[in-house]
Amino acid sequence: MTIENQDIYKIAAHHRFQWEEAQQSHVILFPEGMVKLNGSAGEVLSLVNGKNSVDQIVASLKEKFKDVDGIEKDILSMIQFAFDKAWIEKAN
Amino acid sequence: MATQNNGVAASVTHTQPLWLLAEITYRCPLHCAFCYNPTDYDKHTQNELSTEQWINVLRDARKLGALQLGISGGEPLLRDDIEEIVVEAKKLGYYSNLITSGVGLTEKRIQAFKEGGLDHIQLSMHDITEEINNFITNTKTFELKKKVAAMIKSHGYPMVLNVVIHRYNIGHIKEILEMAEALGADYVELANTQYYGWSLLNRNQLMPTKEQIDHAEKVTNEFREKVGNKMKVFFVVPDYFSDRPKKCMNGWGEVFMIVTANGDVLPCHSARVLPNIEFPNVRDKGLMWAWQDSPAFNRYRGDSWMKEPCRTCPEKEKDLGGCRCQAFLLSGDAESADPVCSMSPHHHLIEKAIEDAQNPVLQAQPILFRNDKNSKKIISGEVKDLIKDFHATP
Repeated sequence: MTIENQDIYKIAAHHRFQWEEAQQSHVILFPEGMVKLNGSAGEVLSLVNGKNSVDQIVASLKEKFKDVDGIEKDILSMIQFAFDKAWIEKAN
Repeated sequence: MATQNNGVAASVTHTQPLWLLAEITYRCPLHCAFCYNPTDYDKHTQNELSTEQWINVLRDARKLGALQLGISGGEPLLRDDIEEIVVEAKKLGYYSNLITSGVGLTEKRIQAFKEGGLDHIQLSMHDITEEINNFITNTKTFELKKKVAAMIKSHGYPMVLNVVIHRYNIGHIKEILEMAEALGADYVELANTQYYGWSLLNRNQLMPTKEQIDHAEKVTNEFREKVGNKMKVFFVVPDYFSDRPKKCMNGWGEVFMIVTANGDVLPCHSARVLPNIEFPNVRDKGLMWAWQDSPAFNRYRGDSWMKEPCRTCPEKEKDLGGCRCQAFLLSGDAESADPVCSMSPHHHLIEKAIEDAQNPVLQAQPILFRNDKNSKKIISGEVKDLIKDFHATP
């Protein structure tokens, strides 16, 4: 499935997304595993909350990181990656 | 990452545990032939940590960085304070997992776990047939497991099934996976028996053939294709049939920490078999010291402890020489290469084990089931002839 601009996603059932002080990173926790996210993946998934559409996530991060070129492509591929990994699921 | 000081490896980096396994009791209503628990567990059933001590363990491990909590045993549900522990785990931000046989899981308890914030429950299953389930666990638990599976599902938990694979059920992989699908499992772990503790004593009776394992893996892959993303199936490959060892625990004292029923802190499930290491206990200097500074946790960190052929092996960082316990149990030298490795001077011991497991005389020996009576016999030395081939304590 390809990510559409109007899609709304949330963290998948049985998964938990949280900030870890000891690791200084965001993590995703699920049965039998965990993934430590790098800074930009953490930024993107922080906004995947069952309310923001993909468009809104892109706009919000574009605003936050004005100096970064081509950020939209990276955000979309991160959302696609998280979806393919089943860390997030569609909420609308 | 490690330096050599008078032959003692001292870690110069600060690793963080990510996983904490709380082996909260060694008491167990099941008597599985393949159990990895220590064969002398009966020594540790009288001095279990209190609820308060467990809560301190959880707090300290969380400070060190632990995130994933496994509440295991024995059978953890034999303790009546799991509810309290689950609440504390949630408060601290753990992703918590109850690892259970299902015996003792009631509607009332599962509801309390759900409200308390337990994240998931891993249920052990043994076979599609009542005969083999009851034989290998030495109990009548077949119907109960199905009921418990339904209970887990009805409370909205992800269903995680763990099936230990051995000679008696390896021919039923397809049917086991179909049963898991019918029960609505989200994750299924097909864990080929690894030979530690009780399973090592019963190795001749449990080990399947290479052909059976290859076939089981093929069947698993076919099933994965059919079922797609709906159910995740893990197939844990048995290391005896590989020519390189596993990177055991992802490295000694790197990401994994176990606290046993009596408070010992271990870097792996079976480390206590190793000779001349004093493992720290949470009752003494606490968890922080145990993880960071105890000689036991620093003993095999890094690679400076290695002997040849590991020391100069170009693959040494890949597997860190394999499993220290397996090296000791089979060769008598904890610092030698894991005998699974085809470059190990002890590799013939693995080949012999595979051969012995096909010997009808050895296959026909009675299984030593994991129970208090047999554990007492092992402690007293009564069944010495059974363990003479292994450098197992006592």
